[in-house]
Amino acid sequence: MTDLNCDQLVELVTDYLDGALDEETERRVADHLVGCDGCTTYVQQIRRTITTLGSAPPADVELSDEARDALLAAFREPPR
Amino acid sequence: MRDQAELPTDAELIDRLRNRDEDAFALVLDAWSGGMARVARSIVSTHASADEVVQDAWLAVVQGIGRFEGRSSLKTWVYRILVNTAKRRAMREGRQVSWSPVAGEDDSPTVDPARFGGPGDRFPGHWLAFPAPWPSPEQDMLAGEVQAHVEVALAELPDRQRVVITLRDVEGYSADEVSSILQISAANQRVLLHRARALVRGKLEEYFVASAATDVGTEARP
Repeated sequence: MTDLNCDQLVELVTDYLDGALDEETERRVADHLVGCDGCTTYVQQIRRTITTLGSAPPADVELSDEARDALLAAFREPPR
Repeated sequence: MRDQAELPTDAELIDRLRNRDEDAFALVLDAWSGGMARVARSIVSTHASADEVVQDAWLAVVQGIGRFEGRSSLKTWVYRILVNTAKRRAMREGRQVSWSPVAGEDDSPTVDPARFGGPGDRFPGHWLAFPAPWPSPEQDMLAGEVQAHVEVALAELPDRQRVVITLRDVEGYSADEVSSILQISAANQRVLLHRARALVRGKLEEYFVASAATDVGTEARP
């Protein structure tokens, strides 16, 4: 069994964070990260990217009042 | 902002919706329409058509609630209707949204191979230069600007990748839920997510590297 290279590790990050790797590969990723500052930074930056995406401000439009009223009316009397 | 009240359980909601309890419908309408608009925008071309897609999806929900079998969560079912409504709309607008893999899209490296050592280098396959660290979120005075760059990066993604990353990372759905909403395999979902995250990270890296260079220039001035 060979050690992972950095260019292989960066392609496994999403599977790694999702816990979708087999046990053996997960261990190789963890071992690599212990010894590699570059890949540790890369994984941190992917995590940061995810939290940044998740803190996007809420969509700037809600339903307009007209649309909301129309939908509530449709709910009261659904088309047959 | 309308209040985001805590929603009742799925079982209670479904029961109340089937009994035409208007308060229950107003609850889900107010809780989910904003997120639905974001997802719709990732599929159709304009905000206006995204808003119409959200309304059309809710009408389909109103008509279909009696047939909902509860094999997924209510929200997953609503989002599946939303995504299908948006796809039909996108097709009418001349955009092809296909969830099946596109040849060549799914197997190229997500990080520029030039950043790693080649066969002749001392450490083949290893970083030639480590990625530069980013400022911590606390140090980062320009959170709004970071968000703006993320928005641009999202807009530039291929359609399927944008939909997946919007559901997973912006809306916070689990891998299983996203596969279920889009009706794609878990593996396909992860490939699209992986490529999308790598691209957005790359855009943030460009931004942070550029602004670090500007900062150095600023500090150098007396």
